[in-house]
Amino acid sequence: MAASMACQAAVRGLRAASTKQLLVSQNQLSRVSPRRWLNLQEYQSKKLMQDSGVIVQRFFVADTASEALEAAKRLKAKEIVLKAQILAGGRGKGVFDSGLKGGVHLTKDPAVVGDLAGKMLGFNLTTKQTPKEGVKVKTVMVAEALDISRETYFAILMDRSCNGPVMVGSPQGGVDIEEVAATTPELIFKEVIDIFEGVRDDQALRMAANLGFKGPLERQAADQIKRLYDLFLKVDATQVEVNPLGETPEGQVVCFDAKINFDDNAEFRQKAVFALDDTAESDPLETEAAKYDLKYIGLDGNIACFVNGAGLAMATCDIIDLHGGRPANFLDLGGGVKENQVYVAFKLLTADPKVEAILVNIFGGIVNCAIIANGITKACRELELKVPLVVRLEGTNVQEAKRILAESGLPITSATDLDDAAKKAVAAIAKK
Amino acid sequence: MSHCRLFARLLLQQAGVRHCYTGNRNNLYINKNTKVICQGFTGKQGTFHSQQSLDYGSQLVGGVSPGKGGKTHLGLPVFNSVKEAKDGTGAQATVIYVPPPFAAAAIIEAIDAEIPLAVCITEGIPQQDMVRVKHKLLRQNKTRLVGPNCPGVINPGECKIGIMPGHIHKKGRIGIVSRSGTLTYEAVHQTTQVGLGQSLCIGIGGDPFNGTNFIDCLEVFLKDPKTEGIILIGEIGGDAEENAAEYLKQHNSGANAKPVVSFIAGLTAPPGRRMGHAGAIIAGGKGGAKEKIAALQSAGVVVSMSPAQLGSTMYKEFEKRKML
Repeated sequence: MAASMACQAAVRGLRAASTKQLLVSQNQLSRVSPRRWLNLQEYQSKKLMQDSGVIVQRFFVADTASEALEAAKRLKAKEIVLKAQILAGGRGKGVFDSGLKGGVHLTKDPAVVGDLAGKMLGFNLTTKQTPKEGVKVKTVMVAEALDISRETYFAILMDRSCNGPVMVGSPQGGVDIEEVAATTPELIFKEVIDIFEGVRDDQALRMAANLGFKGPLERQAADQIKRLYDLFLKVDATQVEVNPLGETPEGQVVCFDAKINFDDNAEFRQKAVFALDDTAESDPLETEAAKYDLKYIGLDGNIACFVNGAGLAMATCDIIDLHGGRPANFLDLGGGVKENQVYVAFKLLTADPKVEAILVNIFGGIVNCAIIANGITKACRELELKVPLVVRLEGTNVQEAKRILAESGLPITSATDLDDAAKKAVAAIAKK
Repeated sequence: MSHCRLFARLLLQQAGVRHCYTGNRNNLYINKNTKVICQGFTGKQGTFHSQQSLDYGSQLVGGVSPGKGGKTHLGLPVFNSVKEAKDGTGAQATVIYVPPPFAAAAIIEAIDAEIPLAVCITEGIPQQDMVRVKHKLLRQNKTRLVGPNCPGVINPGECKIGIMPGHIHKKGRIGIVSRSGTLTYEAVHQTTQVGLGQSLCIGIGGDPFNGTNFIDCLEVFLKDPKTEGIILIGEIGGDAEENAAEYLKQHNSGANAKPVVSFIAGLTAPPGRRMGHAGAIIAGGKGGAKEKIAALQSAGVVVSMSPAQLGSTMYKEFEKRKML
């Protein structure tokens, strides 16, 4: 269900991306799930939803086969769905290195649940969205399987053009929402929410009706919609996407799957949510960098970047590419960077085996160039720098910084501007 | 008759929210007479940048630090609130260096005090908080907000509000508006080097919900006789650049169009990742650099593929138009 959603053209400013879809990018990005963007396992998202009174399938989690068996028995469900818990999508069609095919199984027999769980837990599950070696499964979800008679799509997100929260829904759920938007845009319904007013009753009911819920289900759906909005605010989400928001033959409105994107800026007041973050499937360099408050994103190339300011950092990657090189990373040191952060960042970059050259591009506003220079020289000495280092500095205290670098005796190539720096970095690799 | 009135009221309600706020774009044009106060005055950032501001020659007249009212800091009076500071100094602008958990409240305090210009430097304010701030902001017209997560506003040689390095600026003819702080410095450095200088530089910041957008600044630049050329620096995420392109098509075309040069950062950014700035993210296929570049080019903007060629590109445009 979640896997059927693609990251293509969106609906009039609607951000319908699912975090799991990030892995199927057309770009050369070969890394696994993004770090520095909170990722929750399915069971964690569903627990958050349950805590807000949102109806999800009843479930337990298990870390061992016997726990899974017990959970299956305790569920007392007509039918059980067993789901491996990994962040990557495409679980249904995945393969375990135990030989078991499929990360999602349906059965009526608890014994089968225990048996299958034994072939999942502790084994690697490989899907279209995981790296080749797959991801180790540490947890499984044992849930009550419910029939879906109708699937709808529902999302709440913070929308820039509406200056706040927006609800988007379609009675055509369970499929690629972008396709719906492209072929039958009249089936996409939108409600702008006033942040101080919240979701009004009439808005919730209208959305429920537009989603195709009739009779008593309309009220049920409206209630679920309001609870989803409460959750959206409570956890400082930037997006909550439910696909499908389904209707069961027994007349229940159930959220069968949900993707929640969280606002990183709210971490200081969402400690419990952020503590759930599972970095096991993340790039270890990114996880390490995050510990020091460095904004680092791993890319595919061999020229490491070391920049202050997000815009300049993006531009540095762009200009390396423009001159025929391949950036190894995005790194924004930020404004109030301290000397030890510079040292740590440098250490991280040089620890990446892919890196064949380093480009430092610093334009100091808040950042004092001399601090950067001291951090670099210290790191170079201690780490015995082996790759070419191209440095372009400008701004606050730049003369002092240039002096520090020149007197360090280190093999540093100076550059006058960004073009010059990028060309030199690319040339340095070509020389080898 | 009542039908018309109802319709008119509905139109006004929908359009009124924007019209109300967009009337005060001129508050962006700070000058040597602009009196500035600092919120977060006695904090580390506030102190450092206030001193820099004084060294530059800006008219910093005091600051706000709740609980420290009555004291003196950097030789200037400290007040407990924005209202007291405004009443006590006649300040027309405030610069906010308050940490993320309290920054939104600081902005709201400035709006409540009806201070004409509020510049919020803080990075990391939760988006929900800014949505609430913006709700209030759009329904009034006394206060114009710039930022958050921005380097500030500078009229070279006259007034500097923010963290930008003053010494790279030179009074001149180019208006610069940017979502990125350090890329602004690049543009400033280059335009200074080619001798064109800057009339007014506005950093609108990298957050998805902010107080001032490209169009707000473009209107000021287009109306300002001192601004003869415009540099617009954008990045991935949202549709501010596309909206700016539409605006330029309508208001900056024909024989008297001012030359506009642009750079859009993030052509190599992978989708779905937040590239430093909270607003710099390609999500659901939207917000990519290619589309922004195309939109701007269709509006007659000269888009440079290299961030190091902004000054030279603008120089060439001036040459073409015999403006040198």
